[in-house]
Amino acid sequence: MSLITELVILVLAAWVGIEVISKVPQMLHTPLMSGTNAIHGVVIVGAILVLGAAAGGTVETICGIVAVAFGAANVVGGFVVTDRMLQMFRRRPEPPKEGQG
Amino acid sequence: MTRADLIQIAYLVAAFCFILGLRWLSSPRTARKGNLVAALGMLIAIIATLVDGRVVGYTWIAIAAFVGGSIGALVARRVQMTAMPQLVALLNGLGGGAAALIAISEYHVAGAAGEARLGAVIAVSVMFSTIVGSISFAGSLVAFGKLQELLPGRPITWPLQTVINGLGAIVVLGLAAYASFNIHDPLLWLAAGIALLLGVSAVLPIGGADMPVVIAFLNACTGLAAAATGFALNNSLLIIAGVLVGASGTLLTQLMSKAMNRSVASVLFGAFGGGGGGGGSGVSATGEALPVLEISASDLAAQLVYARRVMIVPGYGLAVAQAQHPVRELADLLIERGVSVAFAIHPVAGRMPGHMNVLLAEADVPYDQLLEMEEANPDFPQTDIVLVIGANDVVNPAARDDENSPLYGMPILEVDNAENVIVFKRSMASGFAGVENMLFHDPKTRMLFGDARKSLTQLVQDVQAV
Repeated sequence: MSLITELVILVLAAWVGIEVISKVPQMLHTPLMSGTNAIHGVVIVGAILVLGAAAGGTVETICGIVAVAFGAANVVGGFVVTDRMLQMFRRRPEPPKEGQG
Repeated sequence: MTRADLIQIAYLVAAFCFILGLRWLSSPRTARKGNLVAALGMLIAIIATLVDGRVVGYTWIAIAAFVGGSIGALVARRVQMTAMPQLVALLNGLGGGAAALIAISEYHVAGAAGEARLGAVIAVSVMFSTIVGSISFAGSLVAFGKLQELLPGRPITWPLQTVINGLGAIVVLGLAAYASFNIHDPLLWLAAGIALLLGVSAVLPIGGADMPVVIAFLNACTGLAAAATGFALNNSLLIIAGVLVGASGTLLTQLMSKAMNRSVASVLFGAFGGGGGGGGSGVSATGEALPVLEISASDLAAQLVYARRVMIVPGYGLAVAQAQHPVRELADLLIERGVSVAFAIHPVAGRMPGHMNVLLAEADVPYDQLLEMEEANPDFPQTDIVLVIGANDVVNPAARDDENSPLYGMPILEVDNAENVIVFKRSMASGFAGVENMLFHDPKTRMLFGDARKSLTQLVQDVQAV
């Protein structure tokens, strides 16, 4: 991939990110943070490439093992806790008889 | 189609899932589905990477992923909702650390391949990822320590802090530039080490109340570090996902600092200068004690039952007292009696953006009862009774009226526009910012002293008796 292609991807992703995320209500900002947190765990992809290609080199192996473990904890922890939070958000079971609340 | 093409298509699908997942986070109805879609995207990305021809060994990957994933799952399932900011800080640090380690390894590989210097793109991305990832790792761990109360929550300062941090930053940048032209592993390790110290010394001086801004900022840092590793590894998915997170973190950082009336720079580079305003402890400018009027739970119960509109303003103190459930019971009882009840939530009501909403959702408060500040403020003049529970600075009228107050200009919940204000408070201590709150001395304010959980439980009983 050329640098220009990568920069195009960067700019478009930033734009989409800002558009999409600015529509998330304050109410959901904590799940948004933990969810995006899980998404940056995508570094695990890089860590797998490093570790998987490490042909016995000590530095790559150690860096790779720690990075994969960190990335995995980041991804799994992030998505699990976000799901735990979001399942708690519920509407009122039935409309109230009086008041407009 | 080659295997490499298929992998790229899988990455495209993963990126699409991430964006769709974030899109669905814009409504509580679709949010859970959105998170699952994003997780599915991650699974696709990981599988696609595993079949990449460059990946030859699987043993260590399996072991490391299993250990890391199990720990992550275990902690995520056990954590209390009040401890969410710590967990987010911790996971964020791990992501930053992983990004830095990948960059360090890439640097080493380039050296081992006999290269004397890095190409421009690789150099910038490897150095960015190493430095920002390390700062994010160390900074997040310090934030975790502060939130978990392993470290003191108050700002820790020392002389010439900004100057020392500035010098450290210059040294790191110089070292990074030198290391790009002269590949030698220890140079990069040294740069990473100084970056770790910078992360520690940047977050130590930041007080507990400013943590929402810091966490959002570190989140953005990790995202950008991940994007930088994407440039180093020529991986489009890392760039897309990293930048999405960077955008989210940046937006939230701006939003939070606006809600706290601080510039991002002043949060990150200056410890909170408390004091100022109307003195320290309920004493007027002339030195006499200001009057404070109390109310009993039974009197309040009678008033509440006959009110038309009641607004509840929860602060972090509510969560500290574990009073979310009694407050929901109270709201339910009042709604049964035909009182209109809503919760008004300030953007910085917890320890991270949106934290209070999660805590109330956990206590089964339906989300359509939760009002954002902009929705709640026009409502206060029509509100009969406001219950301020464990909140202080976010309802301090000094933010609107007193130009000398350190809070001045901060957007607040204007509870003093309501007919009656009841403040649940343990004692007359001042809030996080250490600023006196004149709301407590307002003639229409009554104080209900005591532990919020006990007071609310008593109130629930009294309402049932009315």
